[in-house]
Amino acid sequence: MEYLFRNVRELVERAEQENKLISEVMIEQEMLVTDRSREEIMKQMDRNLTVMEEAVEKGLKGVHSVSGLTGGDAVLLQEYMAKGNSLSGDLLLDAVSKAVATNEVNAAMGTICATPTAGSAGVVPGTLFAVRNKLNPTREQMIRFLFTSGAFGFVVANNASISGAAGGCQAEVGSAAAMAAAAIVEMAGGTPQQSSEAFAITMKNMLGLVCDPVAGLVEVPCVKRNAMGAANSVVAADMALAGVKSRIPCDEVIGAMFEIGQSMPSALRETAKGGLAATPTGKWLEAKIFGGAVVGSGR
Amino acid sequence: MKFKSVFDIIGPVMIGPSSSHTAGAARIGRVARDLFGRQPEWAKIHLYGSFAETYKGHSTDVAIIGGLLDYDTFDERIKTSFEEAEKLGMAFEFIPEVGNVEHPNTARIVLGDERSEMSMMGISIGGGKIEITELNGFPLKLSGEHPAILVVHEDRSGCIANVSNCLYKYDINIGHMEVSRKEKGHMALMVIEVDQNVDKEVMDELRDLPNITQVTRIAD
Repeated sequence: MEYLFRNVRELVERAEQENKLISEVMIEQEMLVTDRSREEIMKQMDRNLTVMEEAVEKGLKGVHSVSGLTGGDAVLLQEYMAKGNSLSGDLLLDAVSKAVATNEVNAAMGTICATPTAGSAGVVPGTLFAVRNKLNPTREQMIRFLFTSGAFGFVVANNASISGAAGGCQAEVGSAAAMAAAAIVEMAGGTPQQSSEAFAITMKNMLGLVCDPVAGLVEVPCVKRNAMGAANSVVAADMALAGVKSRIPCDEVIGAMFEIGQSMPSALRETAKGGLAATPTGKWLEAKIFGGAVVGSGR
Repeated sequence: MKFKSVFDIIGPVMIGPSSSHTAGAARIGRVARDLFGRQPEWAKIHLYGSFAETYKGHSTDVAIIGGLLDYDTFDERIKTSFEEAEKLGMAFEFIPEVGNVEHPNTARIVLGDERSEMSMMGISIGGGKIEITELNGFPLKLSGEHPAILVVHEDRSGCIANVSNCLYKYDINIGHMEVSRKEKGHMALMVIEVDQNVDKEVMDELRDLPNITQVTRIAD
């Protein structure tokens, strides 16, 4: 099968040579690979966007997970912002609260769209719906935001990993944050190269992040990691738009992420055996939720 | 390229909380049901690696049962799949296994009814994407780069020719093909990787061929 790009270098080169947006290259590749019409593909992404909107809406009304570990923080953040005293600024906090809203819905077994995974599903929509208020994009531009995110995610998934069990949280929230940063740059009118710089800057700051979910639930620390992933991506997008470049090329950063994931011990790759999951409080919460039993002891 | 579509990355639309441990698990269950061809009466599910360690927290168990009941990743009924299974009279058991497997998210599903039994191994490779690695003891070597068809059939002459003729008729090119059998004259398996997507019409025609037990599409 023919692909228009296999890595970020090829993606950026193609976009710049043909004077196209990264989202356009992704759409064209999708048409080529899946043999479907542009209309069908745009429609499917539109549906995914709707799912994301509904999840954020639901989360901002306040949801709680069955375990009780997460929920309600998106509401707290919105209430805090409304008072007008936020230190980090409304756009950043809005992105954070909407990322949290999505992951709180996910933790409560609500309906979400994985971007690229469910545990990291907050970052892309969180940043998109926050940046929307500043950039006033059309519906099509919002759909394109998802294609640009998807183009970078496609490279990561095929050249490294987007699975916490295989590569730690850096592969999930790290990838999501870097994908979002690249998409924010395109929506803000940056060049394809600047998207790639934003991706690299974000990912560099997510390297080494382990996957250590308390009680094996996608709640602690996953929800707050989405919050910080969203903040990271907005800042990195600003840096790239200001002209800051990554000294290490994007594809090499992705390669480093893969290597780091390979050398991570299994206790830190979604087994709930190390890191925060293995802290006294983490263990106590696990025992409390699962009635004193230890998960995975071969019952 | 294991991930071919942008919707492997932006998607699937699913019930939370985990794309690999919930949506992927549901898909593994659903492929097993699809390969079995009907609602099983019982299922034993062996979980390995991260699946074994965290299946309760991720609702992997609920999702696999949902898949066995033919629910898609976004089907709200996944949440109550245990109750639904009970209503349908499907007995099930989860067995967390210790020991290392090649992929951290691995499940082996053994299922059946009074007519027959089947065993399938699947892995969840991230973002809801899955691969099937074994069927009834036959290791499946799928690159994941092309659409693939699995054909379970009686070990009789003409089966392979009939299947390849049918694909030829629809101008579908075979990129890679493996045939294997357990014992002469018993069950055999064809694994066919093709260059084009295979639509329902072709699948139905393959199913109607003589001595074909089951036909399923995967990895497309």
